[in-house]
Amino acid sequence: MPETDHPRMGRPTKGPAFFPTLTLLFLLGPVLAGLLGTLLPSFGLLRPSGAAAFSLEPWTALAEWPGLARSLWLSLKTGVIATLIAFVLAVLLVAGWQGTRWFKVAHGLLSPLLSLPHTAAALGLAFLIAPSGWVARLMSPWATGWNRPPDILVLNDPGGWSLIFGLVLKELPFLLLMLIATLPQLQVRDRTNVATALGYGAVLGWCLTVLPGAYRQTRLPVYAVLAYAISNVDMALILGPTAPPVLSIQILNAMNDPDLGLRAPAAAAALLQLVLVLVALIIWKAGEVAGATCVQALLWRGARGNSLAFRALKPIGLSTVTATAVLLFSGLLAHFLWSVTGRWRFPDVLPQSFKTRTWDRAGEDLLFTGFTTVSLAFLVAVVALALVIGCLETEHRRGRAMGTGGVLILYIPLILPQISFLPGLQILLLLAGVNHGIWPVAVAHLVFVLPYVFLTLAGPFRAWDRRLATVASALGHSQQSILWRVKLPMMLAPILIAIAIGMAVSVGQYLPTLLASGGRVETLTTEAIALASGGNRREIGVWAITLTFAAWIPFLFAYALPALMFRNRKGMTNG
Amino acid sequence: MDKAASQSGLTLSDLSVYRRSGEKLLQVNAHVLPGRTLTIMGPSGIGKSTLLAAITGTLSPDFRCSGSVRLNDRELMQVPPEKRRLGILFQDHLLFPHFSVAQNLAFGLPPRTKHRRARVEQALEDIDLKGFASRDPASLSGGQRARVALMRMLLSEPEALLLDEAFSRLDQDLRARMRRLVFAKAEQAQLPVIMVTHDQEDAEAAAGDILRFPPPLAT
Repeated sequence: MPETDHPRMGRPTKGPAFFPTLTLLFLLGPVLAGLLGTLLPSFGLLRPSGAAAFSLEPWTALAEWPGLARSLWLSLKTGVIATLIAFVLAVLLVAGWQGTRWFKVAHGLLSPLLSLPHTAAALGLAFLIAPSGWVARLMSPWATGWNRPPDILVLNDPGGWSLIFGLVLKELPFLLLMLIATLPQLQVRDRTNVATALGYGAVLGWCLTVLPGAYRQTRLPVYAVLAYAISNVDMALILGPTAPPVLSIQILNAMNDPDLGLRAPAAAAALLQLVLVLVALIIWKAGEVAGATCVQALLWRGARGNSLAFRALKPIGLSTVTATAVLLFSGLLAHFLWSVTGRWRFPDVLPQSFKTRTWDRAGEDLLFTGFTTVSLAFLVAVVALALVIGCLETEHRRGRAMGTGGVLILYIPLILPQISFLPGLQILLLLAGVNHGIWPVAVAHLVFVLPYVFLTLAGPFRAWDRRLATVASALGHSQQSILWRVKLPMMLAPILIAIAIGMAVSVGQYLPTLLASGGRVETLTTEAIALASGGNRREIGVWAITLTFAAWIPFLFAYALPALMFRNRKGMTNG
Repeated sequence: MDKAASQSGLTLSDLSVYRRSGEKLLQVNAHVLPGRTLTIMGPSGIGKSTLLAAITGTLSPDFRCSGSVRLNDRELMQVPPEKRRLGILFQDHLLFPHFSVAQNLAFGLPPRTKHRRARVEQALEDIDLKGFASRDPASLSGGQRARVALMRMLLSEPEALLLDEAFSRLDQDLRARMRRLVFAKAEQAQLPVIMVTHDQEDAEAAAGDILRFPPPLAT
């Protein structure tokens, strides 16, 4: 008898997979179109006038940009240094403290900060470290002698250090949680116990036995952080240097300039930004090799990491991570205080009087923009959810998990700089005449929401016990019935978390919102950044607080709803 | 469902399971009469559970199968799993954690069953779990869970029963009682049973034919 292909789970398995194809289209379509829209104009093709002839003119024009070399250097420097500091601090905390009570406290403090929008974090830090900010107030006049805000440049310093500070604060929670997520598969306790028994100090022992495995799995998130740090617009607008600014801001300014002649050099600069990210990745790769060599050398020298220098690393890890959490939360508190402040004289630590007028005045505007932001985020998150569930269910029915190639594809939109392909997308949308309304914005957001939703759901879906499906189908239920009545209800908690994460990502998007709508769709993030330059702290406070809560409230539902619905189902609390 | 005696029961003809690489794991020829039990024994990893998955139609794509499975004169190989009318019990009782005990049982009732609530109440009484309808399955003892899983499977009116190490998680005393219950129900409903186990006592309790497989050849 010939070997028959078994009708797996009773479903045809041939033909193109609908959901994976559609997901790939939404994920990479805008990215590739955007890159094309950047590439063509930077070589003289696709001009606003309609004329097209190959030319290097945009590049020669770009070379003339004032301060270009300095901008390139600033982007590279701020990005690489911030990522390195954030990564080292994350490693120090996990290496020195995991498994302790302090670690749990730090973890608990940082988890909500993961979804704090970049804009709110940057504005909060600006409130703290400005010459008239909280830090200066706390130390004045008793320590500094200042009775009025000093005339010094702290924010937007030409060296980019306040930007580095802000990037470290915001990326540390992300890298830390990514690192922690790898630990359950690495038998950390056994490995560190062996290292301790052989006389190794906590930090070095962890770095020798756990870090190589942990780093292998956090590499892509680290690259995403590096790429973001080098090419971001939102934090650089608030904290970054101004004369000249980092490259991404130069590009944005040129794109927004009424002089359409600047578009082509801006496109060339966007490609240059892409090259810069690649250069940074190469530098980082070299750093990986150097780091591994150092660790190897320590191993062969027989270092045990018990010297004072090594032991000092432990408290540094805990204190800097705690300080990060304290600073980010203080920034939020400062936003809130400013939003209800009547009078707040320098150097008073607290306002003298309170009022709700700033909220009242923002009222309708705030409500409308908040509603737009949240409904857009919900729409995008739900579409992403449907696509991702479709992909994972296809995977389940075909029994083939996506390979490493698939994971790489998911990271493409997170590693390619937004500023390199979104201007191109804007140019294409403009040419196609669809550069207005909410839909192009939703499509642009989807590109960045999809990867996070996928990465959140893939674990729980793949870990689901397939035998439950066997039992259900033996009881006479079809694939469809099993999906809707068994699998999805069991996945309620991870699904709601994925929606919340997707919404937080969408709420925080600045550049996609700005460029895909030609500046005509206003969200809490775009408004908060627009206000940042004006410097009205009360207004900034109102918008930043609203922005933060727009990102956080979905998480409240995500945690409360399953707990409420399955309060009598103990088997659901761990799954 | 009256068929000629010679054709009723579960028949495996040259049923073979392979790895995707083509390596053959097992081949079985067997005829199991209604109310009787075929026991398949052998060390773990030899492909016993894979064989059951081939029978239920839920084979993972890492495996393939060939041959035929006939149940009361129906050829099953091209029938989707949900239409095969095979009940299966695993060692973990696999009650759905988001359903109550009663909802778990109702989930097994065929779509057009009448008086569903009454049927579920009756079923609970049959397994001495009267009053457990709205209970959380996670709050039941191992034995209670095993009985709910068995009853859920019987309510779906299967025409044959597959047991995949179904008793191995239960402690000694409970195991004997559960075995008696399962085999009694199978005999009462005249279901052919295929049991996969590594426990000699299970095999003896089943009092039917035993197929033993040698350890897999080292590759």
